[in-house]
Amino acid sequence: MNNFQYSRATDVTDAIRLLAANPGARLIAGGTNLIDLMKENVERPSRLIDISRLPLRKFEETADGGLRIGALVPNSDLAYHPLIEQRYPLLASAILAGASAQLRNMASVGGNLMQRTRCAYFYDTATPCNKRNPGSGCSALDGLNRNHAILGTSASCIATNPSDMSVALAALNALVHIAGPAGERVIALTDFHRLPGDAPHVDTNLGAGEIITAIELPSRGFAQNYSYLKIRDRLSYAFALISVAAALDLNGNAIREARLALGGVAHKPWRSLEAEAALRGKAATPDHFSHAADLLLQGATARAHNGFKIELARRAIVRTLTQAADATPQSQSHKKIA
Amino acid sequence: MAEAAHQIAERIPINLVVNGVGRTLNLVPWTTLLDALRDHLALTGTKKGCDHGQCGACTVLVDGRRVNSCLTLAVMMDGAEVTTVEGLASDGTLHPLQQAFIDQDAFQCGYCTSGQICSAAGLLAEGHARDAGEIRELMSGNLCRCGAYPNIVAAIQQAMGRP
Amino acid sequence: MNAYVGTPTSRVDGRAKVTGAAKYAGEFPADGLVHGFIVEATIPRGRIARLDTSAALKVNGVLDVLTHANRPPLAGNDEAWKDEVAPEKGSPFRPLYDDTIKFSGQPIALVVAEDWETAKFAATLVRVEYKPSSFATDLEGERSSAAEMDKPLKPRGNAAAALARAAVRHEADYVIPTEHHNPMELFATTAVWDGGGKLTVYDKTQGVQNVHKFLCAVFGKKPDDIRVVSPYVGGAFGSGLRPQHQVVLATLAALALKRSVRVVLTRQQMYGLGYRPMTIERVGLGAKSDGTLDAVTHEAIAITSRYEDFARNDTGWAEQLYKSPNSRFSHKLVHLDVATPCDMRAPGAASGVCALECAMDELAVALKLDPIELRLNCYSDRDQSENLPYTSKQLRECYARGAEAFGWSRRNPAPRSMHDNHELVGWGMATGVWEALQMPVAVRIALTSNGHAEVSCAASDIGTGTYTVVAQVAADALGLPIENISVRLADSTLPQAPVEGGSWMAASSAHAVLAAAEEVRKELLSLAGKMPGSPLANAELADTVLIDGNIAGISDHSRAVSIADAMRHGNIERIAKEKLNHFDEDKKHARNTHSAVFAEVKIDEQLGVIRVTRIVSAVAAGRILNTKTGRSQIMGGVVWGIGMALHEETVMDHRFGRIMNANIAEYHIPVNADVHDIDVIFVDEPDAHINKLGVKGLGEIGIVGVPAAIANAVYHATGKRIRRFPITLDKLLG
Repeated sequence: MNNFQYSRATDVTDAIRLLAANPGARLIAGGTNLIDLMKENVERPSRLIDISRLPLRKFEETADGGLRIGALVPNSDLAYHPLIEQRYPLLASAILAGASAQLRNMASVGGNLMQRTRCAYFYDTATPCNKRNPGSGCSALDGLNRNHAILGTSASCIATNPSDMSVALAALNALVHIAGPAGERVIALTDFHRLPGDAPHVDTNLGAGEIITAIELPSRGFAQNYSYLKIRDRLSYAFALISVAAALDLNGNAIREARLALGGVAHKPWRSLEAEAALRGKAATPDHFSHAADLLLQGATARAHNGFKIELARRAIVRTLTQAADATPQSQSHKKIA
Repeated sequence: MAEAAHQIAERIPINLVVNGVGRTLNLVPWTTLLDALRDHLALTGTKKGCDHGQCGACTVLVDGRRVNSCLTLAVMMDGAEVTTVEGLASDGTLHPLQQAFIDQDAFQCGYCTSGQICSAAGLLAEGHARDAGEIRELMSGNLCRCGAYPNIVAAIQQAMGRP
Repeated sequence: MNAYVGTPTSRVDGRAKVTGAAKYAGEFPADGLVHGFIVEATIPRGRIARLDTSAALKVNGVLDVLTHANRPPLAGNDEAWKDEVAPEKGSPFRPLYDDTIKFSGQPIALVVAEDWETAKFAATLVRVEYKPSSFATDLEGERSSAAEMDKPLKPRGNAAAALARAAVRHEADYVIPTEHHNPMELFATTAVWDGGGKLTVYDKTQGVQNVHKFLCAVFGKKPDDIRVVSPYVGGAFGSGLRPQHQVVLATLAALALKRSVRVVLTRQQMYGLGYRPMTIERVGLGAKSDGTLDAVTHEAIAITSRYEDFARNDTGWAEQLYKSPNSRFSHKLVHLDVATPCDMRAPGAASGVCALECAMDELAVALKLDPIELRLNCYSDRDQSENLPYTSKQLRECYARGAEAFGWSRRNPAPRSMHDNHELVGWGMATGVWEALQMPVAVRIALTSNGHAEVSCAASDIGTGTYTVVAQVAADALGLPIENISVRLADSTLPQAPVEGGSWMAASSAHAVLAAAEEVRKELLSLAGKMPGSPLANAELADTVLIDGNIAGISDHSRAVSIADAMRHGNIERIAKEKLNHFDEDKKHARNTHSAVFAEVKIDEQLGVIRVTRIVSAVAAGRILNTKTGRSQIMGGVVWGIGMALHEETVMDHRFGRIMNANIAEYHIPVNADVHDIDVIFVDEPDAHINKLGVKGLGEIGIVGVPAAIANAVYHATGKRIRRFPITLDKLLG
């Protein structure tokens, strides 16, 4: 790790003040991603501002029937919270598909949103990477890119966002509450992460000196018909090759509303409003699901090693929507995929 | 010397209760809880297998919850209660998990064992694992290269009082 | 007699391991201990043009930065650097020896500081400039440069002609990727400065005496100057056979600074050590229309470094398993800009038998034969290369018992014919084979008159159970409860032992215990016989036994003198005897262990997701000293086989010559969720020839055949033959 200073923020205002006063400082809560990257010398903050003791651990019901969750709630507490299990089981399912029990105990909700890509070149400081070292080039483009993005890529970067939780949050139209020097603001989860474009070193739209204080779930949780499916290289404790969050509002077999988000395919959780719109009013059948998959994957492009992801994503979308329509019980434990 | 020496960040006093005993340490902020335990408190029962949260060998209980001590800065744990593998047995009597690991031969080289046992203690406290499939999934953050997994599952079941 | 051997005795080191009391190499304390952190080369070939350590040296707490330019003396001849398992041909890598870069990840500097974090930080400040050279790291790209090893196995008959005329022929390439051992413990050495140039070196190694001899040669030390100790080893699987970078560097730094130094490799740095080399295995099988083999050819093309020829026996295994009048084998090497490979669990066999057993499955399909039937058709009772019978070979029984336990008779042979709801079910099988080796090992037994014995030997226990089996054999041989036996291992000052590897340590150490125990008994008989009115006054040694704390007549245990009485009468407190094991020379038999492995996979074909739901491994390995730890060893081998089949692959970017998954998040080994039912069956295999106890060894046989059984099950499930390992889901989607 680099030689850094440590401060403990006393409240959110203090954290914002410390950020403003210390260029190169980073916030730390669970630390599961940041410490890892610091040990790799990928992240070299001048100062760590410890926000882990700030009072951002509440679950609060919102006026419109939603839920506001403090940014420091550990991932495991979120996944196992009775309100989440009952009203937003898609979110619980996605969180429990990620990392390990230990890491979920440590990682915070806000930190999960901030986790950085697993691209091997991003991690290896001996290789070029535009995300780590802007302008140095992208080694993945013509390198080992089996794990890389098929949607929303750029000539500068084909890295993916590794979060499972964010995929479910994207499908649920979650909001991100942010505080900063200019006050508080709220942005949609789907607008929180960026596509790489020509500035892949910027992962999110969180501004300089800003801090995530909460996420907010709208009232609709799709608790009846949902599914989170994660495909990976071993049966647990691995990052997604493809993950799909699907949620349906059904009237009999007719789809009133569909939500569909993918992980492992892009620099951000991938939503396709077009695909969702195409499902609206249709019967919940494999044909319609397949058509939605085609729409979502329009424009998907592969490099040398990740072409399989396009077909895998198509099949995973169909399967996940089918599971959601059938109200298939979700389990990370029973590894047979229903 | 032409240039001034490169000064490391100042040490910070940290209080921990480790296995029921209050300990005060003065540590540079980059010291992880794992290194604090192993290098500063001579509690080498907690193991370093990857130092990146990828293997679970460093698992300890912090305020009763299982965490990877390698990704935890000690300075952030000021005031916490930490239980390591050395703190599980009481008065020479092994914790039921420790005994079960011996009975079921749930280890070979022994290097992942402390983490497995602490992780299993966390798992039992969480109460989410009801069958072998759930134990396997919720113990998947603890790698065992010797391949003792089926015996680890059996040991946890023994400690849960299920034959 | 025979109270412990053959029983499921719990590990005698169990309590130390579950309480955290067991100390590993990087955990021994020392006064004034300082820490070294390695700086590695980031290019695969070239020279160091400039190495600027000035910024690192300015960091408070940094004591020194050792490089090739300022290091203390190191031996300049290859002989000094050749440890007991170094390849015959080549010039071993010498850390910090000169400015040459031979592989990416090579140590090029050691930063020594008061604490580990400071050393690690300062290491990032070391600036290196290279003079890079052109390089190659891709086996497939360099396949045409493959050169034959100079000692190929003898061909028999004319395999090419037989293959050409075969009624049914199968030929294919199977590709096994490079794999890394990834023991859970990081490689570590604590070199304790004892003053006057003497060191006690706690090292993660499979052979303390190998490291001891190596360090003495490399550093020009006398045997008494250095002691190497390694009481617990957190897994090794072959990676700890050769002395590794950290032990050289910790010793170097301790001698340079005259202080105790610890060097621990990071997980990433461990990918700069040895590995299972990638191989292209080309297997050809020719069958007659009656379903017997007429030709076997097996060519392996393997990676090695430019500086050493590492090669293991990938290709000869068909000589032991399958009768064929014609055979031809060859092993070729491609020299690349990589570190030298090394032994990794069942070296040679894990890869070669995987290819052979996949090929046998393909041949069975072509012949429309059950795969077991094909193997029985060409079952060989002799090792064909030497034309020798086996000391014992109960492989037929392995097939039978394994098939029965697995339910093989219910298998529908047609691919894609078995289902579990929407999952395809596949059942596959394969044969495993390994050698039953035994090596010279000496043991010292010190028996005290209170009926306690210390049994000591330089051998290591790398998780294999050496402590426990030595205690069991000693307890039986000395007629004492196992609680009265304490075992000391892995100290270079103890009686001789080779590296722990090759599955030879159980048999070798057990027979050393027997030999030493006989010496103890001889002494006791001499004492007991001299007692007035001794019931053993005229007894011959061969007619006595140690039992229940007595020396007694072998056929009449009531003719007994207690150990305590005999020693008291002789006025001695302690009998200490050291003895080397002895095995009768037997050039008339081949010695092997065998297994039949059965695998069930369930595959979600649309998504490519494979689950290994059941493995049955029926093993014939002579007498099993400890059925509990023995079962665990086989189970561990099976888990390795699952990893080899489905998960493990070291991935290199050949543009940089760098390993890109040098960690255990992206280098996948099986996790708990990947492992389901594993049924281990030990087939009864009495063996009167191999050694007194009839013991063969279990460390390797557990993995051999498992990857092929799984690959064959995947074929049976899907009709897809994946010949490039690991079988990741993308390979099933096409």
